Amino acid sequence: MDGSVRDIAVEAENVSKIFGSGSDEVRALDDVSVGIQDNEFFTLLGPSGCGKTTLLRLIAGFDHPTKGSIRLAGQDISYLPPYRRSVNTVFQNYALFPHMTVAQNIGFGLEMQGRSRAEVRETVGNMLALVRMEALANRRTSQISGGQQQRVALARALAPRPKVLLLDEPLSALDYKLRKDMQIELKRLQHETGITFVFVTHDQEEALTMSDRIAVMSSGKILQVGSPRDIYDRPSERFVADFIGDTNFLEAEVAGKEGATARIRLASGVEVEADLPSGMADARQVTVVIRPEHAALAPAGQGELQGRIANIVYFGTDTHYHVDLDTGGQFTLRLQNPRGGRELHGEGEPVGIAFEPGALQVLRD
Amino acid sequence: MAEPGEASALEEAEARAVRTRWALLVPAMLVLTIGAAGPLLVMLVYSFLEAGDYGGVEWVFSTDGWVQVFYAYDIFDEEWVAADAHLSIFWRSVKLSVVTTLLALFFGFPTAYFIATRSEKSRNAWLFLITIPFWTNLLIRTFAMMEVIRNEGVVNSVLIGIGLIDEPIQILYTDTAIALGMVYVYLPLMVLPIYASMEKFDFRLVEAAYDLYATRLRVLWRVILPLVKPGIVAGSILVFIPSLGAYVTPRVLGGGKNMMLGNLIELQFGQGRNWPLGAALSITLLVLVMVALLFYVRAAQRGSSGHG
Amino acid sequence: MKRQAGFTTVAIICFVCLYAPIVVLVAYSFNAGESIAVWQGFSWRWYAAAWENEEVQRAAWLSVLVAVQASFYATVVATMAALATTRNKAFRGQTAVFALINQPLMVPEIVTGVALLIVFAMVKVATGYNGLGYLVLAHTAFCIPFAYLPIRARLEGMDLTLETAAADLYATPWKTFRRVTLPLMWPGILAGAMLAFVISLDDVVITELVKGPGQDTLPTYMLGQLRRVVTPEINAISSALLAVSVVIVSLFFLLNRKRG
Ligand SMILES: Nc1ncnc2c1ncn2[C@@H]1O[C@H](COP(=O)(O)OP(=O)(O)OP(=O)(O)O)[C@@H](O)[C@H]1O
Ligand SMILES: [Mg+2]
Repeated sequence: MDGSVRDIAVEAENVSKIFGSGSDEVRALDDVSVGIQDNEFFTLLGPSGCGKTTLLRLIAGFDHPTKGSIRLAGQDISYLPPYRRSVNTVFQNYALFPHMTVAQNIGFGLEMQGRSRAEVRETVGNMLALVRMEALANRRTSQISGGQQQRVALARALAPRPKVLLLDEPLSALDYKLRKDMQIELKRLQHETGITFVFVTHDQEEALTMSDRIAVMSSGKILQVGSPRDIYDRPSERFVADFIGDTNFLEAEVAGKEGATARIRLASGVEVEADLPSGMADARQVTVVIRPEHAALAPAGQGELQGRIANIVYFGTDTHYHVDLDTGGQFTLRLQNPRGGRELHGEGEPVGIAFEPGALQVLRD
Repeated sequence: MAEPGEASALEEAEARAVRTRWALLVPAMLVLTIGAAGPLLVMLVYSFLEAGDYGGVEWVFSTDGWVQVFYAYDIFDEEWVAADAHLSIFWRSVKLSVVTTLLALFFGFPTAYFIATRSEKSRNAWLFLITIPFWTNLLIRTFAMMEVIRNEGVVNSVLIGIGLIDEPIQILYTDTAIALGMVYVYLPLMVLPIYASMEKFDFRLVEAAYDLYATRLRVLWRVILPLVKPGIVAGSILVFIPSLGAYVTPRVLGGGKNMMLGNLIELQFGQGRNWPLGAALSITLLVLVMVALLFYVRAAQRGSSGHG
Repeated sequence: MKRQAGFTTVAIICFVCLYAPIVVLVAYSFNAGESIAVWQGFSWRWYAAAWENEEVQRAAWLSVLVAVQASFYATVVATMAALATTRNKAFRGQTAVFALINQPLMVPEIVTGVALLIVFAMVKVATGYNGLGYLVLAHTAFCIPFAYLPIRARLEGMDLTLETAAADLYATPWKTFRRVTLPLMWPGILAGAMLAFVISLDDVVITELVKGPGQDTLPTYMLGQLRRVVTPEINAISSALLAVSVVIVSLFFLLNRKRG
């Protein structure tokens, strides 16, 4: 984390949302607590059906929590209707009003807030400039392209200057090129407006590249919240480690603890240092993870693990080595390719695996 | 944690939604109850009252209305005898409705087929041509039919003109005229549902069938008919029901003598001055219609489960 | 390949038979003579006669009066009913509501007509009121399903997130309805009102049974005239009425086409 202390913009406290009842009860959110800070680009990341949209809808006010509360700038808004919260949404299908022009769409929120005509006109002009749509102000929304509709939807949601902007997979309907452009555009808009963005995606790359902080969700729970680096380097749960990037899982035994690190003994008997997740209960048997690029091949007999190369896959930027460990299981390494390098290893060759210092992370479960 | 008061705020919102829905429904329900459904119940009550001397009713319980549907009191022999007049009108109503339905099917099916096999563009125009008469005044269309088939009308003039007949044929004021008129006015009701079921129909199936050396009749019978059966059933019921309750067409084309049920009912409230009998006859007609509808629902269900 | 030659012949005969009588009827409305069977040259005289006929004037005025009121009320209540019955989960009593709305389409007009006759006779005795209200009420009732269908169809095709989006942009439920829902369902409402108007304008049976003395509409006036010797004046009135219906229904089709 960046250390600076910011105010909390939105906060969910012990929020549960249950749909249906009896046998077909769905627990879409299960005791979720999270604080989203002012002026941050916050991403909800998780597989389909994990409750991302549900959390967003609770913040927007389209639904209300079964349990717990939602606070906006300290005020409890759990049961406030959407039109009384300073939160705006960019919908996945944009939901532009088909009977209004681009400019009328953008001005709608301001008009509903009872702003003066002059103010509406001025803000709409600014917004059109912000999303670079000045030329199309008087078009019908059905007469502009998908990417342009996306911009109008953004401008419409930003125009009333909400405290929080919610975006539910806004880029999923765009093609690859446009999606890349809009990623940059979104970052720029967030930066220029200083509005808190809560962004939903199930694309991990999108999450890692755009976010200040990410919350990883699974089956209605938030498993971990942190900066992209945090989430990638220090996954605290198996699901997080598995969902984001590639990971090696190793079974180990705790030999001793010192603050936030522990000495652990691997199956090979070697003892190494590993970072502990916060709030970890005492346990003897643990799982540790290490990313494929945080280890290197060493001559047989050296390094922390021993094994035999099962296969080698060349990827251009890097090469993947799959090593069968002597103690059972497989380990994957990813080594950057130098220019003009030759393959130094062969399949079937016995090798050692050397960890980078501080590369190991103990999982909570 | 949510206060208990807030959780009930949710229930409150739900309850408000239910209240809003019924508030929105009440005006329509009210109008329909007063202006359409409710009076049917009052009529049921009236069918069990005694007829007043000058129309209306005496508020005395009586089953005479219902008895008179089927029996007539013979004042000379002082006994109840079968009401032949009524029975023949029942019979004519059912007979003419069946004939009308069959004729409408005979003309309507090819017409629907014709429209369904037009190109995408011209299809809408043909459809429009079929629909327009349906939305124009039924009385006017009946009147138009009357002009055509009357003794001095176009049909007879042409037939005499080409020397096929010397004397005009009396068509107007016969059962034939009524049937013709009803086919004429209700034909769109047959064409539209058949067309609707054909619209989704893949005519490549027909070509496939020809490929397999099926004869034309075979193709019709084995391939097309089973697929558009739901449309045929729907069209038949849509023609049969208004035919059974027809009033205007038999009145204009049938003259005074060739009455159908609708005219018999009206008579009881006019010159007949027998409201309980009229009420009983109306309910009888309603029951017949309901039976036809029930038959239709059963057929529709059988059709959908049979294919699935 | 898909042609069934016999079918085309029957279809063409059908179309000819469907329109020939109407063409004849319209043609004779321009007959200079007194007969609707012998052509004696072109003239507008029967239109002029109908135009100056006070009975016709009164009946036409009454027809319009009833149709305007009935289609207005029917459209308003049908719009409300459509809002209540679309875009939500099945609710208790839904089947009954649909049955009631569609009831005028299933029950023969003659049956509804005499039932109304009975009830209105009672009310007339009880209240002494003999006005146009009875006709308007009866017409409103049977116009409701015709107004309801296009409105409902329109609502069902509407994207629900648009209303959510409006609420998100600070529009209260009423403002959302005024600024988003209503404008979007407007073509459906217009279509419904037009159908209701045509249906009311053309009604014969229920009007004939419910009308009080001196409350003839154009169709019931014509029905009465058919008992006598018919002159081309009836043809003229018919043609005019036909024209009105055709124009309105064509507009309705255009309206539907645009949205499709
Ligand atoms: N209105 C509802 N009624 C019943 N169940 C619902 C409702 N809305 C969501 N759910 C259920 O709640 C769970 C979470 O849904 P949600 O839409 O929040 O997932 P998501 O993370 O947005 O998924 P996706 O990535 O597919 O959009 C799912 O199991 C879903 O089926
Ligand atoms: Mg979602």
